[in-house]
Amino acid sequence: MIEAPPEEPRELNAAADYVRVELVSRGFDTKRGRVQALAEMSLRARAGEVVAVVGPSGCGKTTLLELICGLQKPDSGTVRAEPAALMPQRDLLLPWLTAIDNAGLSLRARGVSRDEARRTVAPWLERFGLARFERTRPAELSGGMRQRVSFLRTLLAGKPVLALDEPFASLDAITRQEMQGWLAHVLASEPQTVILVTHDVEEAVMLGDRVVVMSPRPGRTVSEIEVTLPRPRRRTDAAVVELRERALAALGVGT
Amino acid sequence: MRRARRVLPAALLLLALIGMWELYVDLKGPTFSLILPPPHQVAKALYDDRSLLWSSFLVTAQEVLLGILLATVLGVVLSVAIHFSPTLRRATYPLIVASQAVPVAVFAPVLAFWLGFGILPKLVVVAIVSFFSIVVATTAALATVDPDLLKLMRTFDASRLTTFRHVEFPSALPGVFTGAKIAVAVSVIGAVFAEYTGSNSGLGYVILVSEPQLLVARGVAAVVILSLFAIALFSLLALAERLALPWAYRPREEHPA
Repeated sequence: MIEAPPEEPRELNAAADYVRVELVSRGFDTKRGRVQALAEMSLRARAGEVVAVVGPSGCGKTTLLELICGLQKPDSGTVRAEPAALMPQRDLLLPWLTAIDNAGLSLRARGVSRDEARRTVAPWLERFGLARFERTRPAELSGGMRQRVSFLRTLLAGKPVLALDEPFASLDAITRQEMQGWLAHVLASEPQTVILVTHDVEEAVMLGDRVVVMSPRPGRTVSEIEVTLPRPRRRTDAAVVELRERALAALGVGT
Repeated sequence: MRRARRVLPAALLLLALIGMWELYVDLKGPTFSLILPPPHQVAKALYDDRSLLWSSFLVTAQEVLLGILLATVLGVVLSVAIHFSPTLRRATYPLIVASQAVPVAVFAPVLAFWLGFGILPKLVVVAIVSFFSIVVATTAALATVDPDLLKLMRTFDASRLTTFRHVEFPSALPGVFTGAKIAVAVSVIGAVFAEYTGSNSGLGYVILVSEPQLLVARGVAAVVILSLFAIALFSLLALAERLALPWAYRPREEHPA
């Protein structure tokens, strides 16, 4: 069940749950029979909280995000969430649009005119270090730049919740670390309620306020780890390493 | 230099085929050349009849260009309608396929009866034969838009129409060009057959009247021009696509996975 957005102006009320997924099950009929993606999965995100969801490939993480975004309905259980905008795994930038128009697509989707969308997007591109690439099409942008444009597009949708689906999975290791640092920085200056799905445990610990560990399919929560470490965090900090090991252990990966 | 090396294989093959043709007609004797004239006679006809062939070419080229344009406009409109209505798709697709199986020569007289002997019935014939590939390629392009992209637009609260305008329609444009390029060859054939019925101009008319007048070389010269025209039109469409949709063009070497 998806609730309508609240009437009052949006403010980060730390007491409120922006996302509450309770005992949700969801399966699909495929040619090879029924596949259970999620089994009694539960998860919650408070306003302004970054919840990182880690799990092995195919544990229903994308299904979870689509349920939160209202793109699917659960077979059983309840999904209550503020409106959420998706940032897909592949950047899905439109090849015929320049960076500024791609980032503005979520504004255009709501009927904002092209000129007004550009005026809104331009200062953000500047902040994201993309000012020089305003008029560049995706084919000429690097992987990291494309993900920044894609993130900006989702951010500008103006939804209370951002649903990020393995946003950096397709990047090379060096760019991925840079982008993780960049996203941590953006979220520090611009608090958002985020559900970040990833299979990278380190990414989860670096970015999340809380790490939710999922089981292999059918996916459900096997462990929740509060990450109370101050930011910016460093990969090599003993506390980060320790939390990473705890998450890996919860995933059943021995170290 | 590299360009020369690229066209060299095609040029050599063409020369070899022309040489074999010349030799073959030579071996068969002079009577056979009334059925299939040797290349040097065709070349002579191309030169001697150049003013007739040129004015005829202009007529046929106009029919083909306008016919493809008409087919493109109607084809895109129908493809969009089909995209929005599965019922319409089920209703029209069998008819569109069937329209391809009807030999042009059969309905050309009917069109002449309805539309007279001017350029209009020729346009309609060219449009009918071109329509199929344009509709098939465009509907396919509309139907294969990345479903994840459509989901994304839904999370941005985009209406069906907004998604169509910003995402589906632009991504289907390369399909329109593909359909038009495929249509080039059949549209030329269509124009020729349309001119067989009720016309007194165009390269099809030249072909039709050359044979009974024992001017076979002139007829073959007209065919040569039609072939060159098809190549030129195809290349022109490819060029137009690259200029209009540069984002859809990828050099073969760096095709992304």
